[in-house]
Amino acid sequence: MDLLAHLPALQVVVPLLAAPLIVMLQPRGLAWAGATAVALMSFAIAVTLALAVLNGHTSEYAMGGWPAPFGITLAVDALSALMLLVVTGAGAAALLAGKPSIDQQIEPSRQPLFYSAWLLAMSGLVGIVVAADAFNIFVFMEISSLASYILIAGGPDRRALPAVFKYLIMGTIGATFYLIGVGLIYMMTGTLNLADMEARIGDVSDINPILVAAGFITIGLALKAAVFPLHVWVPNAYTQAPHMVTAFLAACATKVALYVLIRFDYMVLQAELVDHVIQFALFAMPLAILGILVASAVAMFEGHLKRLLASSSIAQIGYILLGASFVSVAGLSASAAHLFNHALAKGGLFLAVACLAYQYRDLRLSQLGGASTRMPWTCGAFVVCGLSLIGVPGTAGFISKWLLINAALQSGPWGWALVGIILLSSLMAVVYIWRIVEALYFQAPIAEHAEAPLTEAPLQLLLVTAAIAILNIYFGLFPQVPLELANSAASVLLEGRL
Amino acid sequence: MGFDFFPPAFVLLIAAGLIGLVKGHLRSAVLLVAPLITLWAIWQIPDGVQSTVKFLSYTIEPIEGSALRRLFATVFAIMVFVGGLYAFRVARWYELAAGYAYAAGAIGVCFAGDLITLFLYWELMAIFSTIVVWCGGTPGARAAGIRYAIMHLLGGVVLKVGIEGVVVGTGSIQIQAMLATDFSTWMILIGILINAAAPPVSAWLADAYPESSATGSVFLSAFTTKTAVLALILLFPGEPVLIGLGIFMVMYGIIYALLENDVRRILAYSIVNQVGFMVVAVGIGTEMALNGAAAHAFAHIIYKALLFMSAGVVIYRTGKNKCMELGGLFRTMPITTACGIIGALAISSFPLTSGFTTKSMISQAAVDGNLLWVYMALTAASAGVFLHAGIKFPWFVFFQRDSGLRPKDAPWNMSLAMIIFAALCILLGVFPELLYALLPYPVEYQPYSIGKVLFYLQLLLFSGLAFFVLLPLMKRTMTISLDADWLWRRAAFNLLQVVERLLSQVADIVAVQRERFRHFLHRMAVRYLGQPHTADSKEHGMFARSWPIGTTALWIAGLLSVYVLLYYL
Repeated sequence: MDLLAHLPALQVVVPLLAAPLIVMLQPRGLAWAGATAVALMSFAIAVTLALAVLNGHTSEYAMGGWPAPFGITLAVDALSALMLLVVTGAGAAALLAGKPSIDQQIEPSRQPLFYSAWLLAMSGLVGIVVAADAFNIFVFMEISSLASYILIAGGPDRRALPAVFKYLIMGTIGATFYLIGVGLIYMMTGTLNLADMEARIGDVSDINPILVAAGFITIGLALKAAVFPLHVWVPNAYTQAPHMVTAFLAACATKVALYVLIRFDYMVLQAELVDHVIQFALFAMPLAILGILVASAVAMFEGHLKRLLASSSIAQIGYILLGASFVSVAGLSASAAHLFNHALAKGGLFLAVACLAYQYRDLRLSQLGGASTRMPWTCGAFVVCGLSLIGVPGTAGFISKWLLINAALQSGPWGWALVGIILLSSLMAVVYIWRIVEALYFQAPIAEHAEAPLTEAPLQLLLVTAAIAILNIYFGLFPQVPLELANSAASVLLEGRL
Repeated sequence: MGFDFFPPAFVLLIAAGLIGLVKGHLRSAVLLVAPLITLWAIWQIPDGVQSTVKFLSYTIEPIEGSALRRLFATVFAIMVFVGGLYAFRVARWYELAAGYAYAAGAIGVCFAGDLITLFLYWELMAIFSTIVVWCGGTPGARAAGIRYAIMHLLGGVVLKVGIEGVVVGTGSIQIQAMLATDFSTWMILIGILINAAAPPVSAWLADAYPESSATGSVFLSAFTTKTAVLALILLFPGEPVLIGLGIFMVMYGIIYALLENDVRRILAYSIVNQVGFMVVAVGIGTEMALNGAAAHAFAHIIYKALLFMSAGVVIYRTGKNKCMELGGLFRTMPITTACGIIGALAISSFPLTSGFTTKSMISQAAVDGNLLWVYMALTAASAGVFLHAGIKFPWFVFFQRDSGLRPKDAPWNMSLAMIIFAALCILLGVFPELLYALLPYPVEYQPYSIGKVLFYLQLLLFSGLAFFVLLPLMKRTMTISLDADWLWRRAAFNLLQVVERLLSQVADIVAVQRERFRHFLHRMAVRYLGQPHTADSKEHGMFARSWPIGTTALWIAGLLSVYVLLYYL
């Protein structure tokens, strides 16, 4: 298994090195084909890694042969394998589907640059996931952030510029906070390697800088992860980005930050800091609950399709954080499963939005009347993914909501209240998904669309969207693979502490 | 591991998919053959758990056979066949597909060996029955469908919480008899009762079913409430709360059906009434009573579908659904009339019909259990059923005065469907042993004793007499004749007016407050959450609009301080 040992490195290096090459592929079809091939290859690598992890084979890779505390190491365990699947899967699916939509939105001359930025963003996100030391996480975070600023601003919508500027400022604040935190810990422990850090934090005598560092890191990553109330950059950025970029980033970008947050907190801080568990739960849970409720309520009153889904993403981030804040195996595996399932549901929804956007310039709900007769397959896929988002049995969303409720019930005397909140927000999800369905299926078409013929989205776009919708049902009925990864991720994170 | 037996529900699910894919005669063939294959598959399943599947961390049992489960599944499959026969030339394909998927959910519930499978199929039913309601195609159907969906999603959520509570509490996902003792079991009971149209939410049934299409209501009448009855038999036999609830449902159904003018609403209320009988029986919980509940569910599905079919034919042919607009149709619709009357006799448990041989079991169970007041209530209700469904429905639709309508009789397939069910009603009435042999517990009950038959005949005849005596009142076209008692009437009227004025003042105050509260809520929503029509950049809602960077920076600083402060507390 010689190649397998190198896969963690290849996972990052392949898209990273391919990115500059893509720029040179000037005929635009070629650029797309190249980028898609690279993305698919990344996905294949991620699948191989996930299968290896399922067989109990976690990979560690020392770059350049330098051993752990000194050199740069990459590590793949269950949680990162799950995350890799999400990131590369979202990137590959969106690219595979996206050519018609990207052709429509991005002028040909800039397309090679766009695809190159796409691969950079992907390699950055992937790098965050596999990196095993705190500083490289920061480096990859910057790579992915800078590339995603370009992607978001790349569309024809000029309003994307202020949105991206705001995203940039906030993303930079977040990254800086993270860096400050890492710096403080480095100052006290003298290491950047996560595993090493964990071992040495116990020996630090003056604990105050570590505590402040924990604060900086948590807040910085929460900002990147769009945890309520630090979510304000999300709706505008998602709404004004090119549709395919939204599908890609909504499925994985904020989740990667959340992944780092969870990993840092569980692997580094909780193990050695006294009472940090309570600190984390006390801080994360109220934010998660507020996020779930407020963002769902905002989505209920939102009139623009993409903004509505973006608000719902913030609520879903709340679910993931809520599961993590239980600090139990059940809670964490619910979180990890929801990471995966929500990416599936929201990715599918935004792909369907891209299909709709191919025919409808204006994505306000009031403009979408009669879409179901014009684009029956798109709307069907949308409904399936919407059901998954709500958590209807038989869809992927059901699995993670079930696990989350289970974890809440086990979490103690307040479990019932939390279950109440989860159920309330599920009903709110019914309302906001219903509002979209109502617009698509029951609203009369507006005047300019009244005579429009049956015009589905291009086949390429539609097929991928339908495939994602089917996957939502498949993983609802046969959830073994993500679930196994989620469970072993949870036990790895809590190893030796419960 | 794996499936030793093909799940019967999947046959119908596949058929539902095929209905969308194929056209013409092939579709008709699928419609008619699939239920028969299902029926065959149902009878292949022996007792006990037949297969297990790993799902999440549980071992679920998608197929568990027992006499009771097969009984319900059988009548559901028969119902799908006859319903398909009834509908296939009229209904649109998506209504049929949704109807078949809905039935698949019901049959899946029948064989669910554990709570999770039960819940999965339960939600499948909720989704597709909503679509069947929507297929009514009118704005009324759409609105009713939304209310229906919300009610059932709420029921599903309640059920889910209950199931998870039980799973976490006991560690078992088995379907086993329990009593409503703690929070989670109460939640399960409530979730099931919502589907059974128990008070206080009985109204969803009479709200939604009459809005569906003429063919859709036939499907709707059969599955949701009866799967709820099955779930109650499996999970809550002998739960004392059910007796009171059931009696309430029985009375509720009668009173509202008597006041109703819409033909299908009368029938819908009488579903509540009949399900009430079954709920009472489950509450009594003896073997006799559970037998009675199962048998009555079996018979009820058949005669209620028959009644909905005859009502459906009338609506299909005339386009009218109000008692006041119909009448005298027996002249041109003899088959529909005859079948409607047979259904009406069966629902009023006339001797020699299926209703008699099954409902009297429930009464007998009440007697055996020394529940005198239950027996009295059920007997009184039997008279009431005859009044509203047994006579009122056929009389106003087919006889009464001549409305001048001369519609054609039912098309051949609808006639055939009705005749099959009418024959079944009589068959089960004359040879009850056929049904008794399928019941979960051995039956030593003999329905036809002279005393019982005479008693029921008297009951029915007197309530029939009462109907025709009170006919002027029943018509709901009140004409007050002035007589010596007008003073008393006048006084009563004045008194009523005073009360009414007082009430209306109270209502005004309440309305003003409510309006104020609504305004307040709306203002808050606009202020914090934004409004749909100000999408995008003009958004003003506090949480919906994009905040300035400074505000966020302030939040960041605040949160950081809170985080660090938390450590020092």
